[in-house]
Amino acid sequence: MKLFEASGLSKRFGAQVVLQDITLGFEEGQLTGIMGPNGAGKTTCFNVLTGRYKPDRGSVTFAGENITGLSPREIARKGISRSFQIMNLFDSYTALDNVLVATPHVRKQGFNPWRDLGADSKAQALAAAVLERVGLKGKEYVLANSLSYGDRRALEIGVALATDPRMLFLDEPTAGLGAEGTARLAELVKTLKRQLTIVIIEHDMNFLFNLADQILVIHWGQVITQGTPAELRQNEWVRRSNLGALA
Amino acid sequence: MQLATGRAPLFPLPMLITVALFMSTPLWITRVGLYQYLALEIMIWVLFAMGYNLLLGFTGLPSFGHGAFFGIGAYAFGLLQLKVWPNLWFDLGGAVLVTSALGALVALFISHRRGIYYALLTIAFGQVFWFVANKWSSVTGGEDGLLNIKRLPADFGFVSFSLTSNTALFFFSLALFALVLVCLWRLIHSPLGRIFSAIKQNETRAAFVGYNVWLYKWLAFTISTAVAGLAGALFAMAQQSAYPNVMSLHTSGFVVMMVLIGGGLVSFWGPLIGAIFFILARDLLGAYTETWLLWYGLIFMVMVVFKPEGIAGAWQSWRARPRHKSKSPTEAPAAGGAL
Repeated sequence: MKLFEASGLSKRFGAQVVLQDITLGFEEGQLTGIMGPNGAGKTTCFNVLTGRYKPDRGSVTFAGENITGLSPREIARKGISRSFQIMNLFDSYTALDNVLVATPHVRKQGFNPWRDLGADSKAQALAAAVLERVGLKGKEYVLANSLSYGDRRALEIGVALATDPRMLFLDEPTAGLGAEGTARLAELVKTLKRQLTIVIIEHDMNFLFNLADQILVIHWGQVITQGTPAELRQNEWVRRSNLGALA
Repeated sequence: MQLATGRAPLFPLPMLITVALFMSTPLWITRVGLYQYLALEIMIWVLFAMGYNLLLGFTGLPSFGHGAFFGIGAYAFGLLQLKVWPNLWFDLGGAVLVTSALGALVALFISHRRGIYYALLTIAFGQVFWFVANKWSSVTGGEDGLLNIKRLPADFGFVSFSLTSNTALFFFSLALFALVLVCLWRLIHSPLGRIFSAIKQNETRAAFVGYNVWLYKWLAFTISTAVAGLAGALFAMAQQSAYPNVMSLHTSGFVVMMVLIGGGLVSFWGPLIGAIFFILARDLLGAYTETWLLWYGLIFMVMVVFKPEGIAGAWQSWRARPRHKSKSPTEAPAAGGAL
């Protein structure tokens, strides 16, 4: 039984078909990588799966429930969280506050106009624990826009994790990171892998092939092949393409 | 706007200073060549500006037609008093309710927008209300407005206070002002206030962590119109009239200038500074020249060019100037931030 399934997904913008009859599924507890050349439709696929765009056709189910066309808010509340290729943080907030507002604990009190959130030690502790999990302990009170690039990437994942998701979508988490940053992120993802179902779009093939249980290759808006990293290394198309050379 | 993590005091020092300063005005205001009514007017504008800043400074929603709601509060107070029941509590409460109901209605149509489209829609709605006030003469009194609005007594059942003098009305307004100030201060430090601010910073992210952004934007607008309605009702009492000019585009522009010059985008206290600065500039510059608004406009332009964070931003920059010993970022900032 797959935790997350999409069937026959199609999406077009005007005359341009971006996703064409995509069918995929993610097993609970597995890490799935999505790879493909630029413009292949990977991010659009993420955006459709996480509610940013409504699909023109097809269906999406999560834990057996049809979530097709739900808004990002509704999907987030069902336990699906994501990070973004272009970082999406609350830049004027500290790292702690970024995570704090994303926690379900704060979300449940979202319409409380009186309670002092700064005095809510439970919320603060929850947020601090998330920051520790993503390696930002000691940087709780640094403004998000003052963090280093690598730390902002980690915070991006921290905000996604703070929603207490069952499933995590990461869109090019290593983009712009150096070797050291990528290694740190790989360690973090390895830790998360045991706890969550994760889907990662990634151009860094070493990163992906070392971490993923399953990899899908998207090209021209379609899933053209999928398999374990070992299987994909043997795949003729992947071997002939640049993707294969990198792997 | 950054809110410091940590417990916020219930009554922060700037709040105590503000209330004490207003409270003491009867002792000194005439000695410095000013008058008690001016203090009353300043307080009403501060109230309006602080409510407005919940929308602009904290939620990042640029309403350029907010003067309409100030005017609606004034008209609603006058109409309820003259046509329904001349009771202070009923009329004040009714004015707030009517204004926030109309604010809620307008917010239904604009909350899915942001940026320039949001601003344009607020201007359009503001102009609609202004036009109605001007033309619906049988109800609003047309261009003359509503005259003979009374300063009704504050009746507490066991005791009643006359509010006919400027000083009495001033202290009554001060009590309401202090109450609203405490409520707004609590609100910005509450989960609701933090979410407003999160939406200002990044609507997309707020939606993806599970917030109904539309609903929060609707709520911010409605709350801010409720405060505008209260300020407008007090203004009608102070002026003993309500007229179309109160809800004109000018009024909307004034409150934006107050918030921006004061530094409402970076500080909770910015609108307070800005409103005081604006009304004093109007009276002091206005004593010397009829073109005071021209000079004020120039000050506004200089401020926007050189210090867009306003007076409060300049104060923050001065406080944050490099010193010998810097605080470690791992320590929580001092509680009660937003100043």
